[in-house]
Amino acid sequence: MFGDISLTQFIFGRLTWEAIPYHEPILVVTFAVVALGGLAILGLITKFKLWGYLWNEWFTSVDHKKIGIMYIILAIIMLLRGFADAIMMRIQQAIAFNGNEGYLNPHHYDQIFTAHGVIMIFFVAMPFVTGFMNYVVPLQIGARDVSFPFLNNFSFWMTTAGAVIIMMSLFVGEFARTGWLAYPPLSGADYSPGVGVDYYIWGLQVAGVGTTLSGINLIATIVKMRAPGMTFMKMPIFTWTSLCTNILIVATFPILTATLALLSLDRYVDTNFFTNDLGGNPMMYINLIWIWGHPEVYILVLPAFGIFSEVVATFSGKRLFGYASMVYATCVIMILSYLVWLHHFFTMGSGASVNAFFGITTMIISIPTGAKMFNWLFTMYRGRIRYEVPMLWTIGFMVTFVIGGMTGVMLAIPPADFVLHNSLFLIAHFHNVIIGGVLFGLMAGVVYWFPKAFGYKLDPFWGKMSFWFWQIGFFFAFMPLYVLGLMGVTRRVSQFEDPSLQIWFIIAAFGAALIAIGIASFIIQLVVSYLKRDQLRCDTGDPWNGRTLEWSTSSPPPDYNFAFTPVVHDHDSWYDMKNRGYERPLEGFKPIHMPKNTGTGVILSGISIVLAFALIWYIWWLAAVAFIALIAVSIAHTFNYDRDFFIPAETVTATEDARTKLLAERT
Amino acid sequence: MSATQVQETEKPQFYLTEDHHPENSTNLGFWLYLMSDCLIFAVLFATHGVLGRNYAAGPSPADLFDLNLVAINTALLLFSSITYGFAMLQMERGAKMETLVWLGITGLFGAAFLAVEIYEFHHLIAEGAGPTRSAFLSSFFTLVGTHGLHVTFGLIWLVTLMVQVSKRGLIPENRRRLMCLSMFWHFLDVIWIGVFSFVYLLGVLG
Repeated sequence: MFGDISLTQFIFGRLTWEAIPYHEPILVVTFAVVALGGLAILGLITKFKLWGYLWNEWFTSVDHKKIGIMYIILAIIMLLRGFADAIMMRIQQAIAFNGNEGYLNPHHYDQIFTAHGVIMIFFVAMPFVTGFMNYVVPLQIGARDVSFPFLNNFSFWMTTAGAVIIMMSLFVGEFARTGWLAYPPLSGADYSPGVGVDYYIWGLQVAGVGTTLSGINLIATIVKMRAPGMTFMKMPIFTWTSLCTNILIVATFPILTATLALLSLDRYVDTNFFTNDLGGNPMMYINLIWIWGHPEVYILVLPAFGIFSEVVATFSGKRLFGYASMVYATCVIMILSYLVWLHHFFTMGSGASVNAFFGITTMIISIPTGAKMFNWLFTMYRGRIRYEVPMLWTIGFMVTFVIGGMTGVMLAIPPADFVLHNSLFLIAHFHNVIIGGVLFGLMAGVVYWFPKAFGYKLDPFWGKMSFWFWQIGFFFAFMPLYVLGLMGVTRRVSQFEDPSLQIWFIIAAFGAALIAIGIASFIIQLVVSYLKRDQLRCDTGDPWNGRTLEWSTSSPPPDYNFAFTPVVHDHDSWYDMKNRGYERPLEGFKPIHMPKNTGTGVILSGISIVLAFALIWYIWWLAAVAFIALIAVSIAHTFNYDRDFFIPAETVTATEDARTKLLAERT
Repeated sequence: MSATQVQETEKPQFYLTEDHHPENSTNLGFWLYLMSDCLIFAVLFATHGVLGRNYAAGPSPADLFDLNLVAINTALLLFSSITYGFAMLQMERGAKMETLVWLGITGLFGAAFLAVEIYEFHHLIAEGAGPTRSAFLSSFFTLVGTHGLHVTFGLIWLVTLMVQVSKRGLIPENRRRLMCLSMFWHFLDVIWIGVFSFVYLLGVLG
């Protein structure tokens, strides 16, 4: 390794000027925009002297609410990046016909589809979902924070570090050209010798630490920190789905970590796990990665199901139909999701019996999912439905998701899958369930819980614009892909020969443009609502006539969430409290025990970025330094025993009195 | 709020006026972490199960493993678990010095275990049976090496805790930490029993 290398190679590893893609005009322009935008934001923060505020109130905060909001901000930023990739692909495929090579060469195109998948799953959907779970779960169970508040902050920063590592690949070096799961042998050292796959590996490994720890944290929170009286069968459905999701996270992300570790051993030290020779077995990787990968999609969709359940009950003014069956359906989905991974590669050739087993387990999942769908419909049946924006997303979901579910059952039939495998039909199917299920749920959740987090509602006009453009854009963008898939067009192709296909790609590109307007409307909605915040303000803390405990607090909730721990008697506990004459306590407040903020999470995350960068570029000395620093900082952190403080009773009284005054003014 | 409705039933209690102390979650959280770690080992065991016979015309376990050496190593690790148990008993009694002594002995056993493992690895690599030779050896080195890395981190943690106990005594925080390391240490023992049985014994005899 240290044979006869020059000093430059020792210092910089394989990092050279060639790694900076100044010969790619698209990237140079992107870089200029990002750099200017970044400088402008940094300048504004400095001008308004916000650094201290950001550092003290947000970055180092261990408050689950702030961490939840930061997760969601991260997800929205990464959504813009992931969507930029999507629209570039749609334009390329719409024009690259009849010998026209389009504007993206295959080298670049391959990086884009890989980045799109990785970013949308790991850095949009995951932080979005985790953000909601962080924000909402402690409030719904009547807790003051999560079980391990520092760990929560650390998890967030590790996820962010992963996102930073992936983003770095845009401007320094390249990203993987392997597809979002980096199948070997393509992702091995022989066929992908560059830094792309290494960026992929280390970005996911760093973020994976955060995800696993946050999963552990939230399970412990839900199991141990529920308010008195809240038995498992009295937990709100969103908390139930969060519990199942976090169990899946803890049960699967270690598998991803180990699998990627084996791949990195193949790449870094020439082992033979997934190589073609010396006894390696690439299909082992594909099995392992899907043992993580299939539960992963349920990790994403279960919390979305939870959001829909909350929204449907609230906006129908009714108790959720079939609460118990909803809980059982969630648990059954959680277990079954672990038994279906092989349906991603029926074509591996594992034989009729194995394929039949996995085909049948896959189809069985549609039963509990169907039960949920009927529960939502029956909740709406004879309810007083209010068609607010969250409810629109929910109804849009019910229509869209059922289509995606049915094409999923089609793909679960092995003989059909042999034809449809790796075709655009598959692409249409999973976008149908991920956009129609996960994304619509997250959007419903944003509109639903935004007033809780910020004290004012989101502007309904732009919310409706966003919904309709997303909804219609989705159908334009993905229905053509079903057609193309049935005609046999495969995924991940950047140029086409057959001109008769072009019209479908043009329709799909048009759909992507509609979705772009939907995303723009969403951003405009945030801005407009902020400007009109005084008109949209809701001081009661309960703008939707909600049913669960988070609506019993002020909006935004105080740092300590609940001045007195609530006692729960029913699963729609806030509805129950309102119905049975609950009166807000006005005096007798006590000091509240809370965790202290700490900057260790940010520091560890920064060092992890350096470590990953050094490993990607083979800068071994820097890797060693960063690794030792990582351990030293972690150990130093454990020497700090002074981790908590009391919010004095006067502060609590002042906060609660302010709210009493506010509520009195309203009546 | 529907304050207009007059209540027929007696109004239940809706909040606690006393301070509410949720149960400590550390034990559950640490168990969950251990189970997640267990899954990492599960992947490595499964990989060894699939690739463990792919010798690629290279050496097989029977050619390579010295079961006597591994037996000694196993004994070292098992003894370290017993001595950690003694340390915990002393901790329960509140005896700081004795706790530290037993922790020190545990650390020595752990270090001896690692020394033997490093010797074994060095010996194998010198014979030309390194991790790059075949898929069998890749999975062998990775599984056993990952366990070894865990023991190494356990040792670093052990030393850190010894410093903390000697500085601050057996305060509740330190007791909690000793408890976590205890679970971690016994967990590594359990994993090693799997390694010893499935990798070494079944490898040589099976």
